[in-house]
Amino acid sequence: MYSEKVMEHFTSPRNVGEIPDADGIGEIGNPICGDIMRLYIKVNNGKIEDIKFKTFGCGAAIATSSMVTEMVKGKTLEEAMKISNKAVAEALGGLPPNKMHCSNLAADALHRAIEDYKKRRNGQGNAGTAS
Amino acid sequence: MRKVYLDHSATTPVRPEVLEAMLPYLKENFGNPSSIHSFGREAKKALEEARERVAGLIGARPEEITFTSGGTEADNLAIIGTAYANADKGRHIITSSIEHHAALDSAQFLLRHGFKVTFLPVTPEGLVRVEDVAAAITDETILISIMHVNNEVGTIQPIKEIGRLAREKGIIFHTDAVQSVGKIPVNVDDLGVDLLTASSHKIYGPKGVGCLYIRKGTRIQPQLHGGGQERKRRPGTENLPGIVGFGKAAELAGKELEEEAARLARLRDKLIDGVLERIPEVQLNGHRTLRVPHNANFSFRYVEGESILLSLDMHGIAASSGSACTSGSLDPSHVLLAMGIPHEVAHGSVRMTLGKDNTEEDIDYVLEVLPGIIERLRAMSPLYQRRASN
Repeated sequence: MYSEKVMEHFTSPRNVGEIPDADGIGEIGNPICGDIMRLYIKVNNGKIEDIKFKTFGCGAAIATSSMVTEMVKGKTLEEAMKISNKAVAEALGGLPPNKMHCSNLAADALHRAIEDYKKRRNGQGNAGTAS
Repeated sequence: MRKVYLDHSATTPVRPEVLEAMLPYLKENFGNPSSIHSFGREAKKALEEARERVAGLIGARPEEITFTSGGTEADNLAIIGTAYANADKGRHIITSSIEHHAALDSAQFLLRHGFKVTFLPVTPEGLVRVEDVAAAITDETILISIMHVNNEVGTIQPIKEIGRLAREKGIIFHTDAVQSVGKIPVNVDDLGVDLLTASSHKIYGPKGVGCLYIRKGTRIQPQLHGGGQERKRRPGTENLPGIVGFGKAAELAGKELEEEAARLARLRDKLIDGVLERIPEVQLNGHRTLRVPHNANFSFRYVEGESILLSLDMHGIAASSGSACTSGSLDPSHVLLAMGIPHEVAHGSVRMTLGKDNTEEDIDYVLEVLPGIIERLRAMSPLYQRRASN
């Protein structure tokens, strides 16, 4: 049911783990629906310098998480924001139809991490001017 | 790679003896049992022999066995056929919330067609309470349908007690015994059932054949219309090779039942004890003792069932899960949810069902491989991390 590429990412997922001093964290899903993805990003010069994930979910959930980290590492935030869930699925050679919605949320988690980074930076920026 | 099949509640391989018995009816003995010539007579004889064998396994009379295309058709015939044949007496049906979808969806169909249906809750261990059945009975109740053994968690329901109750009240009683026939002793008189569903491919027979036991005198409305086969209860030319295979499988299952049940129970206990010992934060779903010998069902916290199945499959181990991903809907198993198991724990469930060819070494292999799989997935899980940091 899964493409070889999905199975390959499921078997050897890239960038698993956490970044303790992450610049942004994005999470999506909940335990009730059976999928939770959490992405950590480290940003340098407007680029995603490092990215890691932790995922609770099915094969598709793990593979899309892994794929999105591979797709955006080294990319600018603007480029990363343009990556869609659909693009992640396509990069994996497609997903079974029933997985397109419930387990294909990795790009959303990434966008949340970037938003979190921007929010934090704005917060810091303000603090900076005050000091 | 070692291959270990632990999904015998989904289906079983056809035994060589069964295949052997079937072959002549696909070749030279191809006759239609309804024909009067020698080809037909030969076929008819085989059909009735198979009927005797299946009846023998469940303590029924041969004329009380109606062959069907499988368990699903038998459940539909039992539930919908009884409801329509007895609608003049009342329109209320009692079933449980953990039935197989073949029964559950038949009851749902009746609900949409003007019948009232009570879906009984179950205990956290997956058992229907006899007192709940008693309390649900009204003057309108015409049918009680409770499965003998649950297909997911393997719990053995108090069918005999419910049968006694149904008999007292004069209510028709059906049990789906697809997961018990040939695995544990099943006797229709002892259980006090009027209708009983059985399936061939769960007991090393071919797929596409099953039966409904219909106690003499039980009114039922056929769900298919056509010729006069199966006493007009199930028209259509009989699937003779399948039925002969079912008969042979039933005969062998009956002969070996006692010994095989004891052997499987030992393997199952080894599996359950081993998993609970070696893996932290795992629970056994279902009842520890009121359980068929071949079933084990676990929930592994913080990980999701499908990813466990994929990992097991990469090690040659075949199992199944009650997670949403494998149920074809967004919800995990209706059985586990009815038992009060939280969604996230139900998502991490894995069912392992043992069979004839499983050995002690197979269980050793699973116990060797499984802890690493769970550990790897937990290391990836944000839920596990969250808990550990608390």
